[in-house]
Order: sequence, then structure tokens, then C-alpha cells
Amino acid sequence: MKRTLVALVQDRPGTLNRIASLFRRRAYNIESLTVGHTERYGVSRMTIVVDESGTSRGIVERNLRKLINVLHVEDVTDASAVMHDLALIKVETVNGTRAEIMKIAESFGARILDIGLDTLIVEATAPGDQIDRLVRILRPFGIAEMVRTGRIAMVRDIVSNPIQNEKERA
Amino acid sequence: MIRTGAQIVWEMLQREGVEVVFGMPGGSIMTTYHPRQEYGVRHVLIRHEQAAAHAADGYARASGRVGVAMATSGPGATNLTTGIATAMMDSIPLVCITGQVRSSMIGSDAFQEADITGITLPITKHNYLVTDVHDLAPTIREAFYIASTGRPGPVLIDLPLDVQTAKIEFQPPQGDVCLAGYCPDLTIDPADVEWMAAALAEAERPVILAGHGVVLSGAAHLLRTLAESAELPVTTTLLGKGSFPDHHPLCLGMMGMHGAVAANFAIQEADLLVALGMRFDDRVTGCLERYAPSARKIHVDLDPAEISKNVSADLAVVADVRDVLERLSPLVVRSDRSAWMDRIANWKADAAEREILFRASGLGLTAPDVVREIWEQTGGEALVVTDVGQNQMWSAQYYASSRPRSFLSSGGLGTMGFALPAAIGAQIARPEDEVWAIAGDGGFQMNIQELATVVQEDLPLRIAVLNNGYLGMVRQWQEHFYDGRYEATKLLNPDFVRVAEAYGLRAWRGTSCDEAQDAIDRARNLPSAGLIEFVIEGEGEGGNVYPMVPSGAALHEMMRRPIPVGASKSGWSG
Repeated sequence: MKRTLVALVQDRPGTLNRIASLFRRRAYNIESLTVGHTERYGVSRMTIVVDESGTSRGIVERNLRKLINVLHVEDVTDASAVMHDLALIKVETVNGTRAEIMKIAESFGARILDIGLDTLIVEATAPGDQIDRLVRILRPFGIAEMVRTGRIAMVRDIVSNPIQNEKERA
Repeated sequence: MIRTGAQIVWEMLQREGVEVVFGMPGGSIMTTYHPRQEYGVRHVLIRHEQAAAHAADGYARASGRVGVAMATSGPGATNLTTGIATAMMDSIPLVCITGQVRSSMIGSDAFQEADITGITLPITKHNYLVTDVHDLAPTIREAFYIASTGRPGPVLIDLPLDVQTAKIEFQPPQGDVCLAGYCPDLTIDPADVEWMAAALAEAERPVILAGHGVVLSGAAHLLRTLAESAELPVTTTLLGKGSFPDHHPLCLGMMGMHGAVAANFAIQEADLLVALGMRFDDRVTGCLERYAPSARKIHVDLDPAEISKNVSADLAVVADVRDVLERLSPLVVRSDRSAWMDRIANWKADAAEREILFRASGLGLTAPDVVREIWEQTGGEALVVTDVGQNQMWSAQYYASSRPRSFLSSGGLGTMGFALPAAIGAQIARPEDEVWAIAGDGGFQMNIQELATVVQEDLPLRIAVLNNGYLGMVRQWQEHFYDGRYEATKLLNPDFVRVAEAYGLRAWRGTSCDEAQDAIDRARNLPSAGLIEFVIEGEGEGGNVYPMVPSGAALHEMMRRPIPVGASKSGWSG
């Protein structure tokens, strides 16, 4: 069972290492992990997709919470949330297929970032399964190179400041 | 006031109430050692850094306070790791301070450089590399706070040499420690406690499983009140020993692989298990799929990550055991469970018939004889520190504990070499207590050098070496499960009496029950340290620990000693 966890962590040296070390030591299987800045100085946000089959439900989340540098963890798998991947796909256009590829990209809501002589770069931001479909369709044209960020997630419609809330509770 | 980093270390240790530090100086930490005397904190010079961590651990277990160890960079720091991992597994509060090469040289493979924060990442509750002397005082304060609160554990602080020498205007940190990412929610839902009380009232065959958490939270007296007021049988884990008196009529003894027969049978037949501050370790459960098949399980632990990790709980209460028992006790009612208590009494009687202590079989001196004799002579009041292996299980089985923090053992990690250094720490924590280190001939030699520390610190330790000429527990497994081939387990030992005498201890050898009795008496009446080498049965009936749950078997599938022909009955259960 794949779960999507959003963790707010202190932006300090070693924090990522601690989280990676936890996953390695407890043999949890990371599907994807993205890290970046948040609206708050000194706080980073991680979106972690983890395969929880073989472990008891919620154990990854509970272990993450124990890390001192982890400020907040939320399992957003079942929440109403936006969950997107970003993909950059370099597709070959050698056989005069450029127009066709651009049309496919457009119908997926993807953008063309760069057009070269023999390739073009498609940028897609969408739920992971939509990107999977786009990739499947583009593959016959020849994918020269691809990079994907892994999932990032944000719960819809709730104004919340979990770090502040946790402090008040304590 | 202007202070160096080194002075700040001692200033802060003093403020944390630290009375003793266990360690050994070296190139990257001698700067910190230098001003120690000005602060009046005792230092115990051990002979190997592993022993510093174990001694700090033994001190913490015996006193309930944070143990402190200090070592230099590189090999000094890496030598600590076995002791740190031991403390981590058993939830022991430690603060370990290590020297590190200058900040500017970190990463350059400098002399005696090791990435100790990286190395100890998975075996500490938290760790720090301090790179700015301004962070030093708050870091030390945080370290003590993290080590001693919640589920306790070891914290390591790595101090580069330039941070130790740097001078700043020192301001002691004020106010409470506030860590945004460290505020566990331990509030108890009253409905959970009511559910527990109702489950206990309904249960026909309840068993309480008492773990180390009962000891750590200081809840032993509350457990006794609960058990007595509702007539609930109690079994303890190895580390839970002392949380409930072993000789109490409601005590089933220790559970698990070498647990008491009554405890293991009771768990397997129970309809309700109430686990208090324990984590269903594999040595405690045996085969998980067939563990306590008909029991509902209530799990109380303050670490949410332990809930349903191994055994899934019907009710989980994430809270301090003490708080839960305080609320639960007034709600429980006494139910008639005479059928269940009779069944338990039968198991105990059956175990007594197989007891090795009371058989006339022409056996030589056995470990049970020795431990039982120490127990008798000390009136069960000694602070016992065991090593790991057969000696540990025999000590647990035959040294009946009556109070918490008086039976210390490396449970989770199973660290051979633990007994002697941990006993040093325990003796320093409780100078008035009679402390016995009980070790096998294998494990004792893993930290035998600490005999020098015992003598240098003039500690009145009693040391029992159970010499069976083998790595006994491994040999026992080889006998039962590896075709009796004793691969690499036979030991050619030194003369332990002469070794001890060379270190400056008094020492005796016991080869029979009479000699053992006499030697124990002599050691007890000595004002200084004494060591006794007990030459015990190495193989066969007297050389094995029973009962034994084979690996992968269910708890009730114990290998047991046969009932001997014409055995004399006694009240002793084993």
C-alpha cells in the first residue's frame, strides 16, 4: 500500500540524512522523495511516497515523528489533496513528428519548453498517472532523456499552520 | 564572564547536576579535560571507551539519572558505539561527549578523524556536531533534555577542538528547553482507561506483561497495587525484572525464550494481555503468528512507534505507564478467577518438580547453585549486573528481584562484556549497595581490563565468573540444533584467580557447593573488591539453561527438563 506523507522539517545539515537513515535502517521502501523550501524560513517540506506493504499501517509516520528535526508529519493519502509530479521529457523529432508530438503535449496540458533540431523538451505538471500515460504515448517517438521530480502534495482548502498548532498543544 | 568551550562543557554538566563522568582523554578531548578539577565533577578513568559507555549506562540504570561518557575523536569515539547501541536498545539516558578534529580539518581524513555523528545516527536518539561555540551551552542542555524525557535514550555531542578552545562571553541558557519537533502527545483518553478496566473485569484469564517502562517511569508500586486489588497475575520481561516482586504469589516469573513455564503457558492460554511498557521483542514472543492466540491485547507504551510493530493491539494507549496506572487502579474490580489461578498453581508445581537445584543426581557445581547461593547470602537485596548469555538467563531465573533498578542487564542488544563496566557505574551510583557482577568466562574477557578501574577507584565490587569453559549459550544451541558440533565455542581460559590477583583484587575459586558457599561468604565480608571463579558444569543436564523455546517455536513449545524419578517436592519454581 503506497502512502503519501508530507513532512515539515528543520532546514539543517543532516536532516535529510537522518530521514534517509531511518528508511534504510527500518527497511522502508521509498517510492519518491522531494524536498524544497516552504513559506517559512528555516523549514523545508518533504513529500515522501512510501510503500507500506510489509509494515504495519502508520509505522513510517510514527517513526518519522520521533526524529527531533521533524516538525510535523501528515499522511495525505486519503485527504482531498493536490498531488502532482513534474516531468521534463526530451522527445526525438527526427522523422518529422514534431507537430504531432506538440499536439499530444497540448492535449495533456503540457508545455513545450525548448525546440531543437532533432528533439524537443516537454514539461508536464500533473498527477503521476497522467504523466505515466503521456510517457507511454511519447515513447514510440523516441524518448532521449527524462527527469521526474516525484510527487509533491498539498491538502486543499484548509488554512493551517501545523507547526504553530503543535507548539500550542505542547 | 569569558569562558572557553572546554569550561562551558563542565559549567553546563555541573548545572545539569552531573556528579560523575566516565571516560578516557586523548588528543582531541584533552583540552576539555584540562579545566575539569575547577568544577568538582568526578571523573572515572576507564581502560577502554566501550567500558565508559557501559559504565555510564550502569550508572543511569542504577540511579535513574543521565549517565555521561567522554572520549576522544576517531577510535575513542568509535569504541563508544557498542555501549551507545546497548543504551539505545534498552532506552537508557546517556550523554556522550566526543572530541573531534578542528572544524577546518573535518572531511580531510585528518589524524584520528571519524564521522561519529554519521556513524551513530541510527543508534542515538539524537546527536549533534557543534561547530559554533555559541551553540555549545544550549546544545548540552538540549542533549540532557532529550536523553532523559519521553522514551529515554543516548545523545551524542561531537566537539571539534577549535570549539573547545574558543572563548566567548558565557551566558547560561535561561528558561525551559523548547524543541518544536519534540513534543509528544501523551494525554490519556478517559474512555481508553474505562475500556481497560472493563476488559480486565470481563477477562477470565488475564495476564499483565510488565516491561522496562514500568521501571523507567517509577510505576512499580502502582503495578503492585493494581495486581493485588484485582488479583491479576504478572509476568515480567528481562528488563522488567524488579517491576514486580519475583516472589509475590501473583508473579509468574520472567516470560520468553528462557522464561518461566507458568509465564509462557499463561500467556498462550490468556484471554487478555495487558502489556505495560514493553515492546514484544522476538525473545519475548517466540513465533509471532502463534503468540497468545486467544488473547485480546492492550498495549501501553509512550513510544507510538512501538504500537502494533510486532503484535497488533486491540487497544493502544500512548502514554506514561505511571499515568495510566494511576487512573486505572481506582476503576478495577476484583473478579473471581480461582480456576485461572489454580491452573497457574499447577504449572508452578510442575516446574518445581523439574527444578535442578533440588535433585540428588551427582552433578557437580552448576550455575543455578551459585546464583541461588548469592541470592540467599545477600537476602535478595544485592544489585545484580549480568553479562549476556547463559549467565544472564541463570541470573534472571535464580536471583529473585524484589525492587526496581536492582537487576541490570543488556537486554535488547545482548552485549557481552557489559557486566563489569556497568557494575562499576552501578556501584558508583549506589555506593551503599552490595553490587554483584555476574559474568560468564567468555563475556568477562571482553572487558576484563576494567578490573584495573575497579582497583583504581577502590570500588567494593563482587565479581562472579561462571566458568564453564565455553561460549555457553552458543554451545547449548550447537548441542540442540547444530548436531552437537561445538564449532569455535571451546575456550582455553587464563587462571582467573591469578589474573584478578595481578590486578590487585582478592580472588577465590569455587569448584563445589561448599567451596562456592565459603567463597561467597569471604567475598561479601571484604571491604574491597573480590572475584570468585566458579568452575561449573560445562555440558549436559547441568550445563544447559531450561526451559528453552527453540527459535521459531511458539512460547508453549518449550524444551524442559524431564521430571526426575524420586524428585523431592519443593516450593521453588524454575
